Amino acid sequence: MSTEPRARLSSEIAAKIRNHGAETYPHECCGALLGRELADDLREIVALFPLVNRRDDSPRNRFSVTSYDVRDAEKAARRQGLDVLGWYHSHPDHPAKPSQYDQDHAWPWYSYIIVSVANGEPQYMTSWRLSDDRTKFSPEDLEIRERANVGAGP
Amino acid sequence: MAVKVIIPTPLRAYAGKRDSAEFSASTVGEALGHLTTEFGELRKHLFTEDGKLRSFVNVYVNDEDIRYLAKENTPTKDGDTISIVPSIAGGISCNCCSSGCC
Repeated sequence: MSTEPRARLSSEIAAKIRNHGAETYPHECCGALLGRELADDLREIVALFPLVNRRDDSPRNRFSVTSYDVRDAEKAARRQGLDVLGWYHSHPDHPAKPSQYDQDHAWPWYSYIIVSVANGEPQYMTSWRLSDDRTKFSPEDLEIRERANVGAGP
Repeated sequence: MAVKVIIPTPLRAYAGKRDSAEFSASTVGEALGHLTTEFGELRKHLFTEDGKLRSFVNVYVNDEDIRYLAKENTPTKDGDTISIVPSIAGGISCNCCSSGCC
């Protein structure tokens, strides 16, 4: 039995992440993933909190969310009875794999969703979690379900 | 009375699942020192190997960012609340070097 953590989200939420990546292309998009933990290895993302990429010096290959934005995202989550489970961003014209820069600026527990965008078209979407010792990202299984099924069954 | 340190959700697993801890401390640095002594696994997520706060880790005393006060030497008093808030950053590897400098 796999011990890979899972993040469940609706196809609608998945489409919003992809579309955000397409809208900001060739710049990176970013935002917060709001939801709830269902178990240690299973969480459900039920809303997004899109954010502005604050890196105006190199927005094609970097994104930055200030601590003030983080606090805003946390407040938005609390208002909905949710937690900030993680963050999403896009990799314009690059694979949906975390970079060393991603790893250096991450915390464990958070889900980090990356969507690759090639020539303006969203492609693959992956999710990752940082290891306890900070040495690597491990994949998190993304369970994309039709909206009616989100919240049903493990 | 003491200084209360709020432990952010992602790091609670390294602090016995606690959401806060209280210490007697006269500065932010002292409080964070107590925190990472009591919960050693927290240290690497807050500090670099040479003991500096990681660039994406932001610390507030009662909603005031310590970067605009006296950083880790910012004085604290009984009843203060210290919050640890990450800024989130990432992106693709740069092409100018192998260290992700830009």
